[in-house]
Amino acid sequence: MTKRVVVDPVTRIEGHLRVEAMLDDTNHIQDAMSSGTMWRGIEVILQGRDPRDAWAFTERICGVCTTVHALASVRAVENALGIQVPPNADVIRNIMFLTQYIQDHVIHFYHLHALDWVDVVSALKADPAATSALAQKVSPKWPLASPGYFADVAGTVKKFVESGQLGIFQNAYWGHPAYKLPPEANLMAVAHYLEALKWQKEIIKIHTVFGGKNPHPNYLVGGVPSAIAMQSDNAINMERLNLIGGLIPQAINIVENLYLPDLLAVASFYPEWTKIGGGLGNYMSYGDLPQNGIGDIAKFRIPRGIILNKNLAEVLPVDLADPAQIQEEIAHSWYQYPGGQSALHPYDGVTEPRYTGPQPPYQELDETKAYSWLKSPRWKGNAMEVGPLSRMLVGFASGRTDYKEVVTEALGQLKVGPEALFSTLGRTAARGLETQLCANWLEAEFDQLVSNLKNGDSTTADTRSWSPETWKSESKGYGFSEAPRGSLCHWVHIKDQKIANYQIVVPSTWNASPRDAKGQHGAYESALLGTPMADPKRPLEILRTIHSFDPCLACASHVIGPHGEKLAEIIVR
Amino acid sequence: MTACMGLESTMVPRVVAAMETKPRIPVLWLHGLECTCCSESFIRSSHPITQDVVFNMISLDYDDTLQAAAGEQCEEIRDKIMKDYKGRYLLAVEGNAPTKDGGVYCTVGGRSFLDILKETAEGAKAIVAWGSCAANGCVQNAHPNPTGAEPIKRIISHKPIINVPGCPPIAEVMTGVLTYMLTFDQLPELDRNGRPKMFYGQRIHDKCYRRPFFDAGQYVEAWDDDGARKGWCLYKMGCRGPTTYNSCSTVKWNNGVSFPIGSGHPCMGCSEENFWDNGPFYQRLSSIPVPGIDSTPDTVGKTLVTLTGIGVAAHLGSYWIRRATRKELPGSATSATEKPAEKEKP
Repeated sequence: MTKRVVVDPVTRIEGHLRVEAMLDDTNHIQDAMSSGTMWRGIEVILQGRDPRDAWAFTERICGVCTTVHALASVRAVENALGIQVPPNADVIRNIMFLTQYIQDHVIHFYHLHALDWVDVVSALKADPAATSALAQKVSPKWPLASPGYFADVAGTVKKFVESGQLGIFQNAYWGHPAYKLPPEANLMAVAHYLEALKWQKEIIKIHTVFGGKNPHPNYLVGGVPSAIAMQSDNAINMERLNLIGGLIPQAINIVENLYLPDLLAVASFYPEWTKIGGGLGNYMSYGDLPQNGIGDIAKFRIPRGIILNKNLAEVLPVDLADPAQIQEEIAHSWYQYPGGQSALHPYDGVTEPRYTGPQPPYQELDETKAYSWLKSPRWKGNAMEVGPLSRMLVGFASGRTDYKEVVTEALGQLKVGPEALFSTLGRTAARGLETQLCANWLEAEFDQLVSNLKNGDSTTADTRSWSPETWKSESKGYGFSEAPRGSLCHWVHIKDQKIANYQIVVPSTWNASPRDAKGQHGAYESALLGTPMADPKRPLEILRTIHSFDPCLACASHVIGPHGEKLAEIIVR
Repeated sequence: MTACMGLESTMVPRVVAAMETKPRIPVLWLHGLECTCCSESFIRSSHPITQDVVFNMISLDYDDTLQAAAGEQCEEIRDKIMKDYKGRYLLAVEGNAPTKDGGVYCTVGGRSFLDILKETAEGAKAIVAWGSCAANGCVQNAHPNPTGAEPIKRIISHKPIINVPGCPPIAEVMTGVLTYMLTFDQLPELDRNGRPKMFYGQRIHDKCYRRPFFDAGQYVEAWDDDGARKGWCLYKMGCRGPTTYNSCSTVKWNNGVSFPIGSGHPCMGCSEENFWDNGPFYQRLSSIPVPGIDSTPDTVGKTLVTLTGIGVAAHLGSYWIRRATRKELPGSATSATEKPAEKEKP
């Protein structure tokens, strides 16, 4: 007989997600449902507004992946208005992009995902001296590894537990049979949870320098808002550059000597998770980090492409402008399309919310009906996975040396082949390997900025098309990005200086989507199939796989305007 | 921390003692319709650092962004704290509740967030409304507010509510409000909008380091122009500093690194009610001269930006009178961004 396990809320994510899993007699997941349970309507709100303001509204779609929607939005408006931003603007945007990736990925590993693998209570049994020895073996270059340091951390944990107030650690899955780390590894991970928490607020200061604040730094259509003037004490100058220059080596140190060694150490205790959680086997990346303007896709640091059915021998092209490629389906979503249409390209998107689920409070959803506020985007009818694993696979399969190097080295250390990447652990490892690339790219982009300044170029904005009076009466454009969680695109239609329509297809919508009309699962659902659960009442295994995607539901559960207009064609530069 | 709260350094031992001797107050931190920027800001706090707040000062018993337990185990905690600490726990709310269609636009554990919010508020000692979503409604509450999203103060009426607006609020403001309550065992003094006066008592403009440029009539006229490179006043680019009550120009962001104006972008007024509908953002504030330039939040901050706009205009008018040598109001010179003031919802 089938058992149904409900996990709602799925915690340690952004937003509101519900997962229902159907288990067979041996407690293996037979079927699964992923339901987004929030909806805010940002695109409806955008209609009629000044397109130069859209970045600020869309940035508020998510404060965890803050900046990603702002970036996609300014790119969409610039695409529509025919603005080419100055090279410094691209470089500064890349610096902010990479800062976001590094901070976000590190937080995800330590603060959102680690507790799926690390048993905090077990850390109480650790011997500080043995933990010190382990830490020095795992990462010889990380300085905070003395027995005294770990004794101190152990003391903090002990005091906390003995207070009887366990706060965020209470009623969790400590002692669950699926936890495999020895006490010393658990103590080391707890110490590093705290170190990473202290550090993440430092690297993000790069956003504050250029954007004035974080979360939600400021962006600008046509460039970046922060002027550069080396002879001014009231603009980006030597002091500001030095601030950034000091933070980058810290980031590289954290990634190379804390995050990656911890990731590989934890992974080595969970070899079975290289065979669980693979899911769809279809991977997509739009590409990002322009080196010669957003139009020169071939020069992106993050390559664009599609891999189908785990076939690393072939990378297929993806075209955001082709209406036949990306379509959103609503067969199992709480929306309706006019005239009974089943799938629409975002440019043609018309979505009207129509809640047909059970009135709350409810016990379970019905997988044969609509069950989510997320739609089901598909590429040529295929369900796709997006995110770090997709990008690493596209980079690897495209033959990029930098990608191949980090992937090959990590696989070698774990003594597994490339097939291990198609798994929950592969997804988690890919995020760490990507962060390693990003830390080095961050340094390179910063060097590029300094080099531009040395060559006399300090321009940060192109204001020729700033004034709405200069705009055509009607224009359309799209702006894409690879957000930390995957492929993101905004589509904008500007008419009479106002937003006529605005549409967004978000990474977590790809990953967390419900079934489509053909019954194809979304990436989360597919990845859960076949997973064995040791104790269905304590759904640790479900959390592992879902967290490996780094869900962001505020992003995913967007809506396209109820009065969306059909747009004839996309402008591609 | 004490510096942040404006206390002398001799206060430090007292604060530390207060923190260490009390049992930690249970905090239930709910998430409604939001983007989690408030939580992200909270963990950026430099003084005190987040680790100290979460593990030494409060007992963060429910917070679905950070807590280890999920699903049933997570909801059990909320039930237990509501029962065991009735009247003694703090409710922190990030985001707000959709009120349309029976609350189906945000559900947690199969229940509407609206119900959960009301239920959890019932036994709370006080409510902290984090950020503009909880305090004012913020982006999902902007016109036409498709989900009927409403801030906490319009849903809960019988509990003390401390509004800590901003999108997000500054990290040290968040931890400053919390630690003030823990240290002095009392609510902070609030203005008529329920905001702590210690952080929202004065306009950004009045404390802005670019204010002398405003007074001297030196403005950024276009992005990356000479004025932008010299860091002149951003009033003409749409700055809302003159109508925004917040600590950005004093506490600043991310341990004092900068704030929006300091990095060349106008203040958007994100801690003010209805700021999303007070746009477009790059259009300068209207100028209707009336008396009362030194208006306080209590006299002009009546949530309607048209009114606060009057304060700015009056301020400018006064400036103009003082500088009788000029023929025009500052900002009345034509620029590409300038448009007649209009107040309409899109």
